[in-house]
This record gives sequence, C-alpha cells and structure tokens, in this order.
Amino acid sequence: MRNFDYQRAGDVAEATALHGNDHSADFIAGGTNLIDMVKLDIMRPERLVDVNRLPLTGIESLDDGRLKIGALVTNTDLAYHERVLADYPVLSEAILTGASTQLRNVATTAGNVMQRTRCPYFRNPARPCNKREPGSGCGALEGINRNHAVLGTSDQCIAVHPSDMCVGMQALGATLTIEGPGGTRDIPFEDYHLLPGDTPEREHDLNDGELITHVTLDAPIDGARGHYLKLRDRMSYEFALASCAAVVALDGDAIREARIALGGVGTKPWRSHEAEAALSGQPATEETFQKAAEAAMAGAVAHRDNAFKIPLAKQAIVRALATVTAQS
Amino acid sequence: MMDDSVHSPDDALQPDASRSSNTVTVSLTINGEPVTLEVEPNVVLLDALRERLDLTGTKKGCDHGQCGACTVLIDGHSANSCLTLAVMHEGCEITTVEGLARDGQLHPVQEAFLEHDAYQCGYCTAGQMMSTVSMLNDKRIGSDDASVKEAMSGNICRCGAYKNILSAVQSARAKA
Ligand SMILES: Cc1cc2nc3c(=O)[nH]c(=O)nc-3n(C[C@H](O)[C@H](O)[C@H](O)COP(=O)(O)OP(=O)(O)OC[C@H]3O[C@@H](n4cnc5c(N)ncnc54)[C@H](O)[C@@H]3O)c2cc1C
Ligand code: SF4
Ligand code: FES
Ligand code: FES
Repeated sequence: MRNFDYQRAGDVAEATALHGNDHSADFIAGGTNLIDMVKLDIMRPERLVDVNRLPLTGIESLDDGRLKIGALVTNTDLAYHERVLADYPVLSEAILTGASTQLRNVATTAGNVMQRTRCPYFRNPARPCNKREPGSGCGALEGINRNHAVLGTSDQCIAVHPSDMCVGMQALGATLTIEGPGGTRDIPFEDYHLLPGDTPEREHDLNDGELITHVTLDAPIDGARGHYLKLRDRMSYEFALASCAAVVALDGDAIREARIALGGVGTKPWRSHEAEAALSGQPATEETFQKAAEAAMAGAVAHRDNAFKIPLAKQAIVRALATVTAQS
Repeated sequence: MMDDSVHSPDDALQPDASRSSNTVTVSLTINGEPVTLEVEPNVVLLDALRERLDLTGTKKGCDHGQCGACTVLIDGHSANSCLTLAVMHEGCEITTVEGLARDGQLHPVQEAFLEHDAYQCGYCTAGQMMSTVSMLNDKRIGSDDASVKEAMSGNICRCGAYKNILSAVQSARAKA
C-alpha cells in the first residue's frame, strides 16, 4: 500500500482545518472502505486526517421527534440503539444485513454513506472506468455486468450503490449536516447521492474539505411498520442483488402512507416515489403490491447479464410489502 | 468470493520510498502489555502485530475485509485488523489470540474449539475464536443456531469446518 502522511483531529474545526480543502487529503473514519481502496491503488491520498476522536459518537432524540445520529456512530451501535429498534426497525434490519459483525463494529455512519461502488472494473486499476478515470470508458457496459444497476444508469456508468444502511435511510427520510470551509449546511438525504449521468466521478454533493457531522432521521410516520428484505447470492456477508426497504402505515385495510426504497439495483440508494404513489390510498392486497412493483421498475434498463434483477426487485418489493402489512 | 476481485498490488510493509521517513509513535496496550510502536502511517494493525511484534497467531487471509482470518478485539469488540491502521489506535486495548490463555490455562473458547474439533487446517481458527470471544456475553445476539451463524458469518473457513465451529461457539456461550 502506498504511504501517506497522517494527522489526528480532536474536533470538527480542527478536522476541517487540517483537511484544508486539499484534494489530495482524505478523512479516515473506520477505514474499512478507504484502506481497501488505497490497497487496491484506487484512492491515492497523500494525507489522511483521522476523525475518530471527534465528539460525533452520540445519538440524540430531538424535541420534534427526529433522531440525530453522529457521523462516527458505528453501524453496530446504530442498529441496536433503542430508538432505532423501536421507531426505525427498517434501518436496524438494513444495517444488520450488511457486511459482517467485525466490519459493522468499526464502520461508521458517515463512512457507510460515503462508501464506493464494488464494481470490479472500478476496483481494478488496469481496467477502463469512467468513474475512476473520466473519459477512459466503462468496462462494465460491454463486460460482466451481472451485479450492475438497472435504475438510474447512464451510457457512462452503470455501477450499483452498495449500501444497505442508505436504503433504510432513504425510505425513512433524513437530512445530512455538513461542515466545511463555507460553514454548516443541511441537505436532504435524497439529494445527496448523485446519478452518474455524464459525470460518474461526482458521486455526492460534498465538496473538498467538507465533513459530514450528522445524519438526522425524519420523525417516524405515525403507526408505520417497516421491513428490509435483502436478496443475495449467499445468506450473509454479501452485497444485495436486490433489496427493498418498505415502511407502511395502514388505515384499516387501506394504505395511508408508504415509503419504498431499493438497494442492489440503483446507481444510488433508490427511493421509488412511483411505487409509493401506486400504494397510497389503495387496499393492502397483493394486487396493489404488484402494481407498485411494476411502477417502481417501469424505467429499468437491463444490460447483458443483469436482466434478472428486474423481476427479482419486483418480487422483493411484493414480498417486503406482504411481510410489513401482515405484521400485527 | 464477493463480486469484487482483489488485486493487491504490493506488500503493505514496503512504504513508498519517496515518503518513507514519516514514522509516527503510537502507544497502545496489546494483550495487557503496554507497547510503543514507531510505524509508518500505512502499516495496518495486522502487519504491525505480525511483522513488528512477532504476534503471528493473527492470520492474513484476504487482506481486504473479506475473510475474518485477521480478527482481533479492539477495546473488546471484534474487528478486521487488515483494514485499520496501527496509528489509529493510540491508547486502545488490543487483544489477539496470544492473549486468550492465562497462566498456562486455555481460555474457555479455546477449550471449546479443542473439545469440538472445530478446525481442520487451523488457518481461520484464531479469527474464529476472537469472534467467539467478542460475542460470548453479547445478549443482542440470539442463542439459536441461525443467530449465531449470522453473527459469525464474517469468518470464512476454507476447510468448511463450520458444523463443529458452530457447536464450539454454542457450547462456549452456554457456559459463559
Ligand atoms: C467485505 C466487505 C463486505 C461489505 N458488505 C457490505 C454490505 O453488505 N452492505 C453494506 O452496506 N456495506 C458493506 N460493506 C461496506 C461497509 O459498510 C463500509 O466499508 C463502511 O460502512 C465504511 O465505513 P468506514 O467508517 O469504515 O469508512 P472509511 O473507510 O473510514 O471511509 C469511507 C469514505 O468515507 C469518507 N468519510 C468518512 N467519514 C467521513 C465524514 N465524517 N465526512 C465525510 N467523509 C467521510 C472517507 O474519506 C472515505 O472516502 C462491506 C465492506 C467490506 C469490506
Ligand atoms: S460501471 Fe461505472 S464504476 Fe463500473 S466500470 Fe463502468 S464507469 Fe466504472
Ligand atoms: S485478512 Fe482481514 S479479513 Fe481477510
Ligand atoms: S480450518 Fe482450515 S480454513 Fe478453517
């Protein structure tokens, strides 16, 4: 692994000052994605700013019912937090389906939001990749693309966003708080990850030197239940082929409000407003769920090896909805 | 094993020659002993343990977080030592497999692995045992086989000794 300089920050101001808007510097939190990327020679920081000592490890219930999560809260601590288990079970389930115990013990909330795609061409410096090296071409478009995205793709990049946690957050609704040279700003979670379009190298609305300090979940929907269903090649320690986070509030037998987000199929953690519209006000029946699944995947585009993901995602949506509406 | 193939370009112990003099001093506790290390920032904890401290019980499998052979405890929680830098652990308490036995007495988890014959080649065993130690008293992990298998899924056994590993973990947890 190439070498770099190392600095340890004690608070947020020191972290952003040490980073200093320098594009050859990176923050390091758990390191479970960054160190992997540096070993592969995909990320080449000249300087790392260690943020692990920042006082961002707390989870706080706000007066308006929202839940404010520090950027350094580990995936394990978030998944087992009592408010998350009680009010946001879909997020707990999503996190616990991801990675392994060891990785979740170390992986942080902000690091998970920022993790890079697992596209094997992106991860191999000998291959063309528009995300890694703009203009070099996309190895996956004509290559092995079984694990690639079917929603939100472009003719430049079809890489899937790998996170499970982010899919749970997408369904719940959340706000990211970002601290940088220009001060503090808030951004809706849904707008944070960017579609590849013509600039697949731009993955987030984050500028050099900016630090995520918190993710704040919206107040829970009154009376809603949640469920995360993840389908994959093996039962554990594997990324999603298709996953669905469903949050549903019923009014008798009718759906009062529904949230649907998808993983394993989108170029970003995918919120399906189309599926939500197809569910809203409708009876909670399999027929309704099928319509929602069709609506969610109507715009899907398959490549050589990944057409199976379209029916798979539809089945994930129908099954997640059946599970979440059957709980009582 | 995952969708991503691994192409490890070089050896983590060879810092880039152009930036080789930037060592950092870290003081930490390893198996109860205070240790001070002078390391380059790019030395992962796994290599610091094996190459600098001769603690070779912790194994390197994939070097990318995909196998669990390198599992150690950091402040009591299991972690992959291949994906964390030694310099990040100033003041931390690290436990490796060498720290399990006390005064010539095997740790109950080591006893359980012996008793249940929970290994074949043994390469994954240190990691398996460290994961077991970290979940011994973790009430968040259920006592049924499915919960235990899920919690242990970050430790791959190439020999497929899973059945006996599961028995060993279950027996150690039942006695803990
Ligand atoms: C084998 C393996 C399997 C996995 N399986 C899954 C899975 O099934 N599902 C899943 O969701 N994930 C999975 N993961 C990914 C894992 O969840 C991420 O590696 C982890 O969440 C990253 O968090 P971290 O704190 O270690 O980040 P780091 O590696 O420390 O950082 C990642 C990135 O985030 C940036 N960063 C960190 N903190 C901040 C901050 N506060 N503000 C701005 N930028 C920041 C860093 O600069 C870096 O670019 C897997 C990982 C591995 C290695
Ligand atoms: S899909 Fe995206 S990340 Fe993968 S090779 Fe193509 S451009 Fe690169
Ligand atoms: S060597 Fe660390 S997980 Fe494989
Ligand atoms: S005993 Fe050989 S790898 Fe597990």
